[in-house]
Amino acid sequence: MAGKKNEKPEGGNKKSFGAAFLHWLPFYLMGAPGLIYIFINNYMPLAGLQIAFKNFNFAKGMWDSPWIGFKNFEFLFKSKDAFVMVRNTLAYNIAWIFIGMFVGVSAAILLNEVQNAVAKKFYQTAILLPYLMSMVVIAYLVYAYLSPSSGLFTKGIERLTGNTIQFYQEPRWWPFILTFVHEWRGIGFGMILYLSSLLGIDPGYYEAASLDGATKWQQIRLITIPLLKPTILMLLILNLGQVFRSDFGLFYQVPMMQAPLFPVTQTIDTYVYRALMQLNNVGMSAAASFIQSVVGFIFIVTANKIVSKLDENSALF
Amino acid sequence: MKSQSQKRWQIAANVILTISSLLAILPFILLIIASFTDEHVAMTDGFSYFPRKFSTAAFGYISQQWAMIGRAYLMTILVTAIGTSLSVIFTAMLAYMLSQKKLPGRKILNFFIVFTMLFNGGVVPTYVMYVKTFHLKNTIWGLVIPNLLMSGFMIMLVRNYFENSVPAELYEAARIDGAGEFYNFFHIALPLSVPILATSGLMTGLAYWNDWTNGLYYLDNKGKELYTIQNILNNINENIQFLASNATGGVNIGDLPTTTVRMAIAFVGILPVLIIYPFFQKYFAKGLAMGAVKG
Repeated sequence: MAGKKNEKPEGGNKKSFGAAFLHWLPFYLMGAPGLIYIFINNYMPLAGLQIAFKNFNFAKGMWDSPWIGFKNFEFLFKSKDAFVMVRNTLAYNIAWIFIGMFVGVSAAILLNEVQNAVAKKFYQTAILLPYLMSMVVIAYLVYAYLSPSSGLFTKGIERLTGNTIQFYQEPRWWPFILTFVHEWRGIGFGMILYLSSLLGIDPGYYEAASLDGATKWQQIRLITIPLLKPTILMLLILNLGQVFRSDFGLFYQVPMMQAPLFPVTQTIDTYVYRALMQLNNVGMSAAASFIQSVVGFIFIVTANKIVSKLDENSALF
Repeated sequence: MKSQSQKRWQIAANVILTISSLLAILPFILLIIASFTDEHVAMTDGFSYFPRKFSTAAFGYISQQWAMIGRAYLMTILVTAIGTSLSVIFTAMLAYMLSQKKLPGRKILNFFIVFTMLFNGGVVPTYVMYVKTFHLKNTIWGLVIPNLLMSGFMIMLVRNYFENSVPAELYEAARIDGAGEFYNFFHIALPLSVPILATSGLMTGLAYWNDWTNGLYYLDNKGKELYTIQNILNNINENIQFLASNATGGVNIGDLPTTTVRMAIAFVGILPVLIIYPFFQKYFAKGLAMGAVKG
């Protein structure tokens, strides 16, 4: 809408097509490298979505491999893997959206309470640090605690109880370990997100509330949370749109790809990797990846429709 | 009474945040101490914040193996430098184009970018394309080009910055003086956008420094000399897993670095980030906050 209005004055003093072309040419030239990159990296692979419906053969390439209809999907859904990876992806994501929201909002409110600027900076710097580390390094950190031969926790538990827990062989620990690692890494990020909207709240509200004798808890419940609602809602929707995508690094690196742990650590992304690179089953990998792309797209568009109905300013597009 | 409740909140906040800060930092301290722990002590007692015996043997091993680890370090620096500079230049130029409100086709081009944030072909088509069509396997471009070079979000952020923080009158004035568009871009838009470009460069640089997924897909045994530090760390992990599952495999346990050496390599890998981070904390925080809340 705004774009159309802006075009009119341009039309008014329009010289000629040639002059306009020369005028805009430098801009298009500047944009070209980036546009070409995006075309290659984000649009050309779309043609490869057909691999999911083909009996793909690396030597023949994707255009010459024969069509096989929905066979790849049939094989995928006949395997136990399909259920496990979809369940894990959705369950972890949904649980973490709510845990992350609670932890992030709480951390931001707490940090906002701190008046000493040096302390505040220290807390923020420290808590954000894990977010800047690669998942490989985080896997090493976790290994330092849980390694069967020299882990701090493994050896400590051994000394206290005489039992050795083989963390990398026992699935039952991993929902908790993964949740902890995910939050440990993400809390600083969540804190910063909510903090930036907290800083936008007019301090006048709090002054008025404390003059009226409102307790801190009441202020948080009746002022902070309601005013954070648009941010919370927007991040909730954005995250729900991503519910079909899992953090590949976390699920691939941290459990060290141990097969006994797959029932609780296999997600769509780790399956796609494993089927493609290790099992050499491109068809099933492509089918899983196809479902992830398409369902993910439907999720994010639907989610965004809902947000734009509720609050137009919070919508992504 | 009011001030007392205020005080209690203050104390509670400080206590909880101190504990959280310690939780965040302690694993890194363990990593550092582990890399200075005597291997034998690490194997009998396990890693500890207070090991019975310290040793610098792990770093001795690293300096012996510097041909491999030093090269990986150089690769990390090279990939980060190439990727980040290309990324910042491409992103800034594209964003500058999109920031021209009267640009013909602006709406379509904007959608061209936004769509990439909603839908993508996924891992398999991307991998097949880069390997079959562009032959990136076992080349340095396999580490630089796939996925990391540009992001729709960053383009939009820089575009918004150009639109909102660089006064259009400056361009007009320069145009009247006969300046071309490239002059405007390099001499007006870029210098006035240093904060956003620095933030974007910092985030991209960190992403390249930390990346191991491109190496995972696009480097195999024939591309070992292109390994970055992250790829080496990942490769060590893979070999350990391989050993754990095939006792008779081709990997010799004697070839694998010991536990303390592994910790030492990880420490060496994160050292630059640990050093740089406190000074740029503000920019990292700003970059992250911008990346998620619509600008």
